[in-house]
Amino acid sequence: MVVNKTEAIIGRVVLVLVLILTLLPLAGMLSGALQPADRIPDGFSWPSDPQWGNFVVAFQTAHVWELLGSSTLIILGVVPLSLLLSTLAGYALGNLRIPGGRFVFVLLLLGLTIPFEAIIIPIYYEISAMGLLNTQWAIILPLIGLYMPFGVVWMRAHFVGVPTELSEAARIDGASTFQEIRRIQIPLAMPALSALAILLFLWTWNQFLLPLVLVDDPDKRTMAGALGAFQGQYLNQLPLLFAGALIIMLPTIVIYVIFQRQFIKALLQGAVKG
Amino acid sequence: MVNDVRKHEDPKPTAALRRPDAGAHAAGVGRSSGRAGRPSVRRAAPHQSVIGWLFVLPALAFFCVFVVYPLITAVQYSFYRWNGIGASTWVGVDNYVRVFTDPELLISIVNALVLIVFFTVIPVASGLALATLIRTMRPGPFATFARTVLFLPQIIPLVAAGIAWSWMYAQTGTINTMLDSVGLGLLSRSWLAGFGTALPAVGLIGSWVLTGLCTILLLTGIGKIDASLYEAARLDGAGWWREFATVTLPGLRQEIVVLVTITVIAALSSFDIIYTTTKGGPGTSTLVPGISIFRLAFTQSEVGLASAFGIILLALVLLAVLPIQLLGRERD
Repeated sequence: MVVNKTEAIIGRVVLVLVLILTLLPLAGMLSGALQPADRIPDGFSWPSDPQWGNFVVAFQTAHVWELLGSSTLIILGVVPLSLLLSTLAGYALGNLRIPGGRFVFVLLLLGLTIPFEAIIIPIYYEISAMGLLNTQWAIILPLIGLYMPFGVVWMRAHFVGVPTELSEAARIDGASTFQEIRRIQIPLAMPALSALAILLFLWTWNQFLLPLVLVDDPDKRTMAGALGAFQGQYLNQLPLLFAGALIIMLPTIVIYVIFQRQFIKALLQGAVKG
Repeated sequence: MVNDVRKHEDPKPTAALRRPDAGAHAAGVGRSSGRAGRPSVRRAAPHQSVIGWLFVLPALAFFCVFVVYPLITAVQYSFYRWNGIGASTWVGVDNYVRVFTDPELLISIVNALVLIVFFTVIPVASGLALATLIRTMRPGPFATFARTVLFLPQIIPLVAAGIAWSWMYAQTGTINTMLDSVGLGLLSRSWLAGFGTALPAVGLIGSWVLTGLCTILLLTGIGKIDASLYEAARLDGAGWWREFATVTLPGLRQEIVVLVTITVIAALSSFDIIYTTTKGGPGTSTLVPGISIFRLAFTQSEVGLASAFGIILLALVLLAVLPIQLLGRERD
């Protein structure tokens, strides 16, 4: 490929500028988090006496252990069940092509466009009627339903691409539907499944509106939902808020940096499909 | 970087949303001849259909209980005046009329439309510029680092982005410190508190979150464009702009449609960023439908009005998204 030298240099310079802009807000938050907790932090500079202790204080006052437990519980409730139900439905719609499946598919596609805000009010009264307000179930159950359009559409797109000859060969060898799914379809679907798992994990961890509306106790929320509650609580101790926010972001950032290839791949495909 | 991304891309048929029937067509390509002679419902065996429906039912049940039923209920609520506890009164389309006549609610919609500039136009335009400029970058540690950093805003919760940016915009925060240090201290202000600056300020947070996604997706798209097209353009003596307009832009059509769709939805249904930074203020300068719905329903006990606004928001999203889909499908 012909590479124009000036263009290449301009490209590098612009890219570096964009990278700095991307990191600046996070760096600013870190510098703020290291300033004395009881003062309004001052400016953007490396503090002369960095208060690493702020992180310890924030860790304790933000009940990070409880939060990690709550988020893990919610994720364990949402992700495996969503994966299972999406896979079954995606297989039926994409591979078995059941009669009436087209209607279900179009219904789910329309479901993809619904902003959560449009239906959060009835969900509130529904969860309230079920007596589940202020429990993790109030986040888990609706999220499974809200993620279902994406999950099924995603898995269907995978199963539509699997040659039917595979199923037929398995059938000729005497495999039942369940054996075929377990031994042939699931192993083939692993890349699609793990990408979906990554997306669901991320969206659940970062979910804000549902916890805000449905769960009052920050300790029973997702990480992002709890962070919203700290904001009011730490108005006079901004460095602690920043430290808390950084702690809450840390687990996903660490996982992201380790698995960044898979994360980016999943997010790109998620963008294309979602 | 291009090669780096290309190596990992998935050859699967994609874009279910932008082309609702894409899956069936795309998947048919490789084996359409095999299927052509068969009835459209390939597995005629009735037990297969029964098993298939049993597989769909659990997913459908969750979808109906937590999406379809709430949606129907929201429509029902929207025709009543109801404070959420006591008796409700049928008011017909009154709530819908109120959304469009109450200046405060109308402003929410206008603000959401303005946010499209920051959530869609800026990220897609800068993504295009950046992707075009770095498309020839070799894979390597720096390319990997750049990709990782560009995607970081997609990973962190929007609430955290809001908190980080509140500090950027604060009176003693990062932006003002930097303005001071270059002698532009006069310009410094509390960006989120000013009536004129608050909306662009929250809008730019959206630009920050979405630019990386746009850049990387467009880079992947450029990677798929036949390199010989670029060679041909260069041989014809096309300049940077001609090459961009005749090769890159047409080649990225599908990617742009996808990005415009998801970023427009993000703009219209923005909530997290605004709730954590300004809560709609100062005054009504950063009110958006999400914030208005939340306030009406959960602090002002106007459940019917809030529900009507929710339905209007959904209609706005469909109104914005469906034409974009049709535009993207034209060429197929």
